[in-house]
Amino acid sequence: MIQFVLLISRQGKVRLTKWYSPYTQKERSKVIRELSGVILTRGPKLCNFVEWRGHKVVYKRYASLYFCMGIDQEDNELEVLEIIHHYVEILDRYFGSVCELDLIFNFHKAYYALDELLIAGELQESSKKTVARLIAAQDSLVEAAKEQASSLSNIISQATK
Amino acid sequence: MIPFSSGTRLRDMIRAIRACKTAAEERAVVRKECAAIRTSMNENDQDCRHRNLAKLMFIHMLGYPTHFGQMECLKLIASAGFPEKRIGYLGLMLLLDERQEVLMLVTNSLKQDLNHSNQYIMGLALCALGNICSAEMARDLAPEVERLLQFRDPNVRKKAALCSIRIIKKVPDLSENFINPAAALLKEKHHGVLITGIQLCTDLCKVSPEALEFLRKKHTDGLVKTLKDAVNSPYTPEYDIAGIPDPFLHIRLLKLLRVLGQGDADASDAMNDILAQVATKTESKKNAGNAILYECVETIMSIEDNGGLRVLAINILGRFLSNRDNNIRYVALNMLMKAITVDAQAVQRHRATILKCVKDSDASIQKRALELVYALVNDTNVKPLTKELIDYLEVSDQEFKGDLTDKICSIVEKFSPEKIWYIDQMLRVLNEAGNFVKDEVWHALIVVISSASDLHGYTVRALYKAFQTSSEQESLVRVAVWCIGEYGDMLVNNVGMLDIEDPIMVTESDTVDVIKIAIKHHALDLTTKAMALMALLKLSSRFPSCSERIKDIIVQHKGSFVLELQQRSLEFNSIIEKHQKIRSALVERMPILDEATFSTRRAGLLPAAVSTSGGASLDLPNGVAKPSAAPLVDLLDLSDDLPAPSSSDGDFLQDLLGVDLSPAPTQSGLGQIQKAGTDVLLDLLSIGTPVQSSSPTTEILLPSQNDKSPIATLDARSSSSSLSAQATSSARAAPMMDLLDGFGPSPLKPEDNGSVYPSLVAFESSSLRITFNFSKQPGNPQTTLIQATFTNLTPNVFTDLIFQAAVPKFLQLHLDPASSNILPASGNGSITQNLRVTNSQHGKKSLLMRMRMSYKIDNKDMLEEGQINNFPQDLG
Repeated sequence: MIQFVLLISRQGKVRLTKWYSPYTQKERSKVIRELSGVILTRGPKLCNFVEWRGHKVVYKRYASLYFCMGIDQEDNELEVLEIIHHYVEILDRYFGSVCELDLIFNFHKAYYALDELLIAGELQESSKKTVARLIAAQDSLVEAAKEQASSLSNIISQATK
Repeated sequence: MIPFSSGTRLRDMIRAIRACKTAAEERAVVRKECAAIRTSMNENDQDCRHRNLAKLMFIHMLGYPTHFGQMECLKLIASAGFPEKRIGYLGLMLLLDERQEVLMLVTNSLKQDLNHSNQYIMGLALCALGNICSAEMARDLAPEVERLLQFRDPNVRKKAALCSIRIIKKVPDLSENFINPAAALLKEKHHGVLITGIQLCTDLCKVSPEALEFLRKKHTDGLVKTLKDAVNSPYTPEYDIAGIPDPFLHIRLLKLLRVLGQGDADASDAMNDILAQVATKTESKKNAGNAILYECVETIMSIEDNGGLRVLAINILGRFLSNRDNNIRYVALNMLMKAITVDAQAVQRHRATILKCVKDSDASIQKRALELVYALVNDTNVKPLTKELIDYLEVSDQEFKGDLTDKICSIVEKFSPEKIWYIDQMLRVLNEAGNFVKDEVWHALIVVISSASDLHGYTVRALYKAFQTSSEQESLVRVAVWCIGEYGDMLVNNVGMLDIEDPIMVTESDTVDVIKIAIKHHALDLTTKAMALMALLKLSSRFPSCSERIKDIIVQHKGSFVLELQQRSLEFNSIIEKHQKIRSALVERMPILDEATFSTRRAGLLPAAVSTSGGASLDLPNGVAKPSAAPLVDLLDLSDDLPAPSSSDGDFLQDLLGVDLSPAPTQSGLGQIQKAGTDVLLDLLSIGTPVQSSSPTTEILLPSQNDKSPIATLDARSSSSSLSAQATSSARAAPMMDLLDGFGPSPLKPEDNGSVYPSLVAFESSSLRITFNFSKQPGNPQTTLIQATFTNLTPNVFTDLIFQAAVPKFLQLHLDPASSNILPASGNGSITQNLRVTNSQHGKKSLLMRMRMSYKIDNKDMLEEGQINNFPQDLG
């Protein structure tokens, strides 16, 4: 299973963290700190896997962002690379050619997309279309609630005028 | 967006934080925001709750504490609207984990949301539960999740399936309830539900043997068909990745088939055809295809043997290994490691390529390849492989040197065909990477050098030469210093030249220079310095002409702040000055160190290090001549003549070896013996002193049951032994011996693992019967635990029962105290006593034991003896 997902910028800033196994806050920051040290310094042509303190981590760089997933020893590293790519494509489709700034200002949306892709560290959906459809449906639920709230406040303000 | 709320918008906060130039500025902004959020929370501002939590999550990602926001998550989850719930659950997953007790409070909300009429709210609850639920929550909510596995909407079913995985991992007892609904998911057409269902079944098989049995019987054929359909399915843009329809589905199917096929010939048979098809037909140009091939190879390797398929799999790995893509090579090495247990020959064929990978520029590949090479070493290829590795040690990266050194040392110890080769290779390693060599490795080297008497001259000369070029390598310096101290005279006189050597000219003064340099270079290292002082003392006797100069060097340390050095310095100085007569006897060459004792101690003491050092029998044929086996007893002689130059003899004797600087007990003597109990005796006797006339090759041990008597017994023994030791000195020597070896057998508690071996009537006479029950500790086949049960067959009570046992040299015996020393009459009760036998020749020689029982009937001494040759064969 996937133990954790990290998005780290080339400067070492954390853009997204998701932990599927219990790590204390201390362990989390240690993993982030040390792992970004290992991954950010690796050369471009090297393989996408690092072993570090008994973790196996699959990472891939997209523009200025490193997508990292910590996995179990017996997991298929090549498949995890595909899962990372799958996630990137989903984000790309959702934001419309995604960039780091999208993920900074709309970080919660990146999380919502991830939650439609992975649960309990396992892959949930292999169709990008389905994921996109589910996120869109939930977004429109939020929009509808917002509209309702604003129309409600309009009615209230008109009534109290 | 909400006109009358205070505080900044999320977007503005993120901008403000990003605009910060220094960490201090950022902290200030965050502190201000946190204060505003807290105030807003205290006012119970409903409209801002949503935004506050979003801000907190961002702040959390930056690594600041946000625990005060945890309750807000719960409030948002408990509210009615979807937007609030959505952000609430996200916050819950981000800010909390399963260990926080706050989490329990959310159980009720979760339960309601799992029964909600809106499927997206159900989805949120399932997602949160699947990501962070604790065992307790899993128990409480399992029925809901189980029900949702059959929910009409597929998106809820797939979430419920993954949520179930978490539940059965947390509470394996619940798995029984999930077997049927999980199996039903295997017939789904919806890919999301299918892949999650397959995953759930795989995890069920891992925690529940019943699930495995059920799925194997009922669903193997169905899964094979599903895989067949997936492989042959036409192009579907929705699932297509690099021309393959849904590789994720392929991989999960292969995984589950692997679990079902493992250890079951019929199931394996059923999947052979489709595996062959996947292995031959999958497109290997893109990563997705290779991921499937990789999974397929693993499945072929794991299921029951099918020769043809395995050839296919190994060929795929061979192709992978020569691929230019580093990722592919990495996974190939990974898989070859697993293949080695299946078909070592086939893996050996790729040795050259693997060796090339050790020298790759990619650390991940290097590491994998090194482990694989280590697994590939055997008696026939050890020499060329070691040469390659050591050659590479010279040019490898600093970070890699530690791992590489460990592995080389381990290989050399394990497979060394002869001592001269062992010494040569170790010297090369010390030369290149002495700073990375672990202590126990160079300790072992010294033991080997010491026992190869014909190579002493050769070794000390080689070390002298190596020292000239690599005096910065700490372990090399230590070994060199030790050997020069011991064999310095051979260095100067070119004693014992081998044909392969060039003669060198070394003067006595050069030799002293080496030690002086060692002290200078390693000024901060206590062990090296102490060893150097010891070596100097020895040289002062070997080279009387340099005595004055040596004295000067030694005296420099009498002001050392380190007590150890100061004491050595003062003591040695007085030996050189005032005790010329006994000096030569005092610093005689060390007797040959006992390899077998050392290696078994080491294995016993460091069970974790077994992979690198364990079972490494150092009992090698000498490359030049056979070592003569002289016992360590000489040391005791030494201690007799010792005019007690130090306050504590224990320290001093330890210093003679000068290897181990672990805090030595300064109060040697009786207390120490009492404490160490049988261990001390064991140490003393295992050295090989011919104690009892009857069997010179056996060691006799006493149980510490008679705690008062070990010293007395020792006295009695030593008078009959070849030692001229007086009672007191031999008693004093006992703890010293223990220290000298530096390793005491760790006192393991024998555990009763339920005997799988038949019990044995070890002894039966008209009056006494002894039965042995055997067990082994997992992971330690060399050691047999024996529980001896004594039964009295006479109508008289036995008192003062003492059980003694003796074993041949290749065994080590440890006796625990007996449960009592009074044995009631006529079998009305029994005494038990635990024994532990370690067989250093495990698998080659079987156990053997001689024993003696002494006891009293009505104050009349009785003595019985017996021998056991019929230990169960499989104890080994």
